[in-house]
Amino acid sequence: MIPLSNYLILGAILFCISMAGVFINRKNLIILLMCVELMLLAVNMNFIAFSHYLGDTGGQIFVFFILTVAAAEAAIGLAILVVLFRNRRSINVADLDSLKG
Amino acid sequence: MTFEQILFYAFAAILVFAAGMVITVRNAVHAALFMVLAFFTSAALWLLLEAEFLAITLVLVYVGAVMVLFLFVVMMLDLNTAPMREGFARYLPVGIVVALLVIAVMAMAVGQRHFGLEQMPVPVPHGADYSNTRELGLLLYTTYVYPFEIAAVILLVAIVAAIALTLRQRGGTKTQNIAEQVAVRRDDRVRLVQMDAEQRK
Repeated sequence: MIPLSNYLILGAILFCISMAGVFINRKNLIILLMCVELMLLAVNMNFIAFSHYLGDTGGQIFVFFILTVAAAEAAIGLAILVVLFRNRRSINVADLDSLKG
Repeated sequence: MTFEQILFYAFAAILVFAAGMVITVRNAVHAALFMVLAFFTSAALWLLLEAEFLAITLVLVYVGAVMVLFLFVVMMLDLNTAPMREGFARYLPVGIVVALLVIAVMAMAVGQRHFGLEQMPVPVPHGADYSNTRELGLLLYTTYVYPFEIAAVILLVAIVAAIALTLRQRGGTKTQNIAEQVAVRRDDRVRLVQMDAEQRK
């Protein structure tokens, strides 16, 4: 018998690990994208856990759409990354300062 | 401890370990491979939650497509990771402290007291004839058919955007210009010359 709280806390831990990843890998764009994917995975974990314990399949539909949008996001993000590398020869976030923001 | 609990804690431990390795390893290829491990273990956890279709989808879509895409990009780019690691040690304490704080707050919010077995009892497991895919399909193609169509359009836009961003015309290659070929007229290619007939010698 696994209580729902175990799944929720696991999702929270996963989310916080990826958040710490954004903090400590703030220069490497590829790792940042991977951290975003991990965050989405943590959210999906919560959706599926609630869907199971509440007996509502609607939560799984949401996960289905999140997976779709995340795949599209990864494809476009990596395409932007490739274009960026072609133009600047670097994906270091510190080098991307041409807008002087 | 039941068999189910052993499975849950084992997979949860592997998942947390893999996620920790993703954000700390030096090599981006290793990070991508640990991501694959994380996705596999989450798929196993989703199987424990009786979400069979989504577990398989996660493996197919994420491990089979998204992570392969990541690996392609990581290997295609010639990365110098040394300057990108600077600040790693400096921000490590901040990251750990913030993560622990947020975990503590979330654990208080979603912990045993509010979502324990008394508040949310474990549902009765479905029989062997229950099909998760069928249930999802029934819902997806009736109630959620309009979002489903929008998801298809989003995927199409993603394909077009990714190709449009990365496609480039290199100089010096011989390619046809279709629009120019179609728009050509007779006068551009054929010139009629009016001249007198010449006498044969």
